[in-house]
Amino acid sequence: MTKSKIFFKGILDVGPLMIPVVPFGIIYGVIGMELGLSAYMTLGMSIIIFGGASQIVLLQLFSGGASSFVTITSVGAVNSRHLLYGAVFAEYLSHLKITWKIILSYVLIDQAFAVSNTYFKNNKENEYKHYHLLGAGFTCWIVWQISTILGIVLGSVVPEELGLSFTISLTFLALLINDFRKFKNIIVMLVSGVVATIGYNAIPFQAYIIVAALSALLVATLLTLTNLKKN
Amino acid sequence: MHWSTIIYCGIITYLTRFSMIFLLKEDILNDKTKKILSYVPSAIFPAIIFPPIFLDNTGSLDIENNPKIIAAIVAIIIGYFSRSIIATIFAGLISYFFLIFVYYQ
Repeated sequence: MTKSKIFFKGILDVGPLMIPVVPFGIIYGVIGMELGLSAYMTLGMSIIIFGGASQIVLLQLFSGGASSFVTITSVGAVNSRHLLYGAVFAEYLSHLKITWKIILSYVLIDQAFAVSNTYFKNNKENEYKHYHLLGAGFTCWIVWQISTILGIVLGSVVPEELGLSFTISLTFLALLINDFRKFKNIIVMLVSGVVATIGYNAIPFQAYIIVAALSALLVATLLTLTNLKKN
Repeated sequence: MHWSTIIYCGIITYLTRFSMIFLLKEDILNDKTKKILSYVPSAIFPAIIFPPIFLDNTGSLDIENNPKIIAAIVAIIIGYFSRSIIATIFAGLISYFFLIFVYYQ
């Protein structure tokens, strides 16, 4: 396959995954505006950070008055899952020049990882396979920026009484639906949620997200290790 | 909100994506580490989901007649069966609107 064919395959593969990204981006834009951020800043976050979940966490901590240190650490924690994506892709991209690695890293988000990982596994020998990630990743990028702009426009007309901040909880809940059937994930989720709810008032500096996440990851680690022993 | 906070968040996010691709020649994370990293969404998202649902504006626990809890349960049930992100969000939002604008009025 030629470079451009692989590039378009990336776009086509990631297309269906873009359907839920649109409302997510709109919700992000609306909430940014409702919290009183400027349109430039709301869109600027989408361009500079380009990570939906972490951007919404950033907004939520901002509205709670968290310090920049806690905010930055929490964003890092939310995005630590990308370390996994990078580690998996390292061997597929190791032959590329540093410029390629710099560009592709910018668009290595959940949806792009999901589709390009499948493509890379089946096309290990193809030297142009990275064009798939380029196509998938920049499709995500464009869709995310357009939905952010839609949200910014809607945010100035949506009345506050609609209680749209509840959609933050709903959006994150929706991102976990595939894990609802896994017993261990449910335990990890409950630990995180309960620690955060108790810690919301008890833990200073709005650090409840980090503390809850670390407690839950500790439980996840214990669950993983005990499971391996059995095998 | 300062631009500097956004830029630092951007840098740290970029490094989570770039560092492994830059440092590793091959996939060296063992299965255990990967398994644990795969729990990151389950470990973090509930910390964002729970407090706004269960706590009221003053930060006290609010369990009785709380429309957010009921709407979240509806969303979980719909999400469990449909496995659709959009259906989950809308099920929760519609039941929440119904509760606050119709049922509790």
